[in-house]
Amino acid sequence: MSPSGAELLRQVKSQIEEVDPSEVKELIDEGVAIVDVRETEEFAAGHLPGAKHVPRSYLESRIEGVVPDRSTQIILYCASGNRSAYGARTLTEELGYEHVRSMTGGITLWKDRGYDVVVPRALSPEQRERYSRHVLIPEIGTEGQQKLLDAKVLLLGAGGLGSPTALYLAAAGVGTLGIVDDDVVDLSNLQRQVIHSTQRIGIPKVDSAEESIHALNPDVNVVKYQTRIDASNIMEIIEGYDVIVDGVDNFPTRYLLNDATVRLKIPVVSASILGFDGQLSVFKPYEGPCYRCLFREPPPAELAPSCGANGVLGVLPGTMGLLQATEVVKLVLNIGEPAIGRLLLYDALGATLTEVKVHRDPDCPICSRDPEDIGDEEMGVFPDYEAFCAAAG
Amino acid sequence: MATIKIPPVLRASVGGEKLLSASGGNVGEVLRDLATNHPATESQLFSSEGELNRYVNVYLNDEDVRVLDGLDTTVGESDTLVILPAMAGGAG
Repeated sequence: MSPSGAELLRQVKSQIEEVDPSEVKELIDEGVAIVDVRETEEFAAGHLPGAKHVPRSYLESRIEGVVPDRSTQIILYCASGNRSAYGARTLTEELGYEHVRSMTGGITLWKDRGYDVVVPRALSPEQRERYSRHVLIPEIGTEGQQKLLDAKVLLLGAGGLGSPTALYLAAAGVGTLGIVDDDVVDLSNLQRQVIHSTQRIGIPKVDSAEESIHALNPDVNVVKYQTRIDASNIMEIIEGYDVIVDGVDNFPTRYLLNDATVRLKIPVVSASILGFDGQLSVFKPYEGPCYRCLFREPPPAELAPSCGANGVLGVLPGTMGLLQATEVVKLVLNIGEPAIGRLLLYDALGATLTEVKVHRDPDCPICSRDPEDIGDEEMGVFPDYEAFCAAAG
Repeated sequence: MATIKIPPVLRASVGGEKLLSASGGNVGEVLRDLATNHPATESQLFSSEGELNRYVNVYLNDEDVRVLDGLDTTVGESDTLVILPAMAGGAG
């Protein structure tokens, strides 16, 4: 005869190990994986500090994303200790986890003891739906999506690189997007600048970009700077941003941006494109090299093709801009290995991606020094600066 | 012969090639061989004093030759040199 539900539970509890909340409290910062197996609404109402969320109905399919190593100590809990008991048996007997315990009495007993509970800021039902494909990824989840919603990212330029970057960061739910661009939409932009449209020719790019961003995701706060970035306004504009996306088309601004971001310790995701070729790197001040470590000085104007009107394959800024957007998301979420200390070289015609190492220069004129020692008068300056800019027109 | 990857801004100086072969036992010799065969590259690679220009990075495979032995770095037959001047285009 089949057992009743109560008998089955008794059997299961006799087959697994249980642990008292008082012991869990001591283990919380000791590298033990604490997994909440309740439903999403229950987790959102409050959970144990540091707990990961894997609903019991998804336990078999998602536990490896959260706890890949089967020898890790795992403590499961639910509301009262029953669902977690079933879960513990599944992990032990069917998935081969070696050290799984179920917390006696669940979060109800935990709270009765007066222990700490974390109440996460909840996503709205609309946000849960919109970002559901992010929330499903263990590396992001609700917590990661909140980080994206809290993030402030500044885009230098709403042009070739800035267009795809802005669109995808907006779609990803980056809460604040600052956009610096003093230009207006031109017909010749539309071969690659997909954030703009034929109807918006002649209107400022910051306004056009804002319209597209809000059409895609009204959650995003767009901060517009219809100006050119220069030494007089850079510190004021960039301060307070978490990450900066550099797609500027000239060397003086790249050096200025580098020096200012080193001073403020803001990471920069930098890309450049020409013809069929693209370059990308992440400059995270004091953790990796800066732009001056990579290129101590710019080439003379006649070898700096950015200074004139040059051709570019229309899809190339899409490719490079989305690599930038990916690096931004990784930096915000603190996941993966950002391209710090590496320069990626993409050759669209050859369909090859080459990587070279970039080292911090111990003699770097900027990042070998403390940020407070970098003076206003030095920022963006390099040898022959005047001649360079005169030649570049 | 080592292989040299030619960056976009130098391709016009080498007849549009993306990859070239050049001979030499170290980085300096290989680059000198390139400049001899393609004289238009000389002033772009070397200063009037014969040093590698500061705005040109050269990598032996994936390593910056400045952290190796610079122009004296030994180059093998199967090595690839990457020449990399700074690029700033954002296609604004």
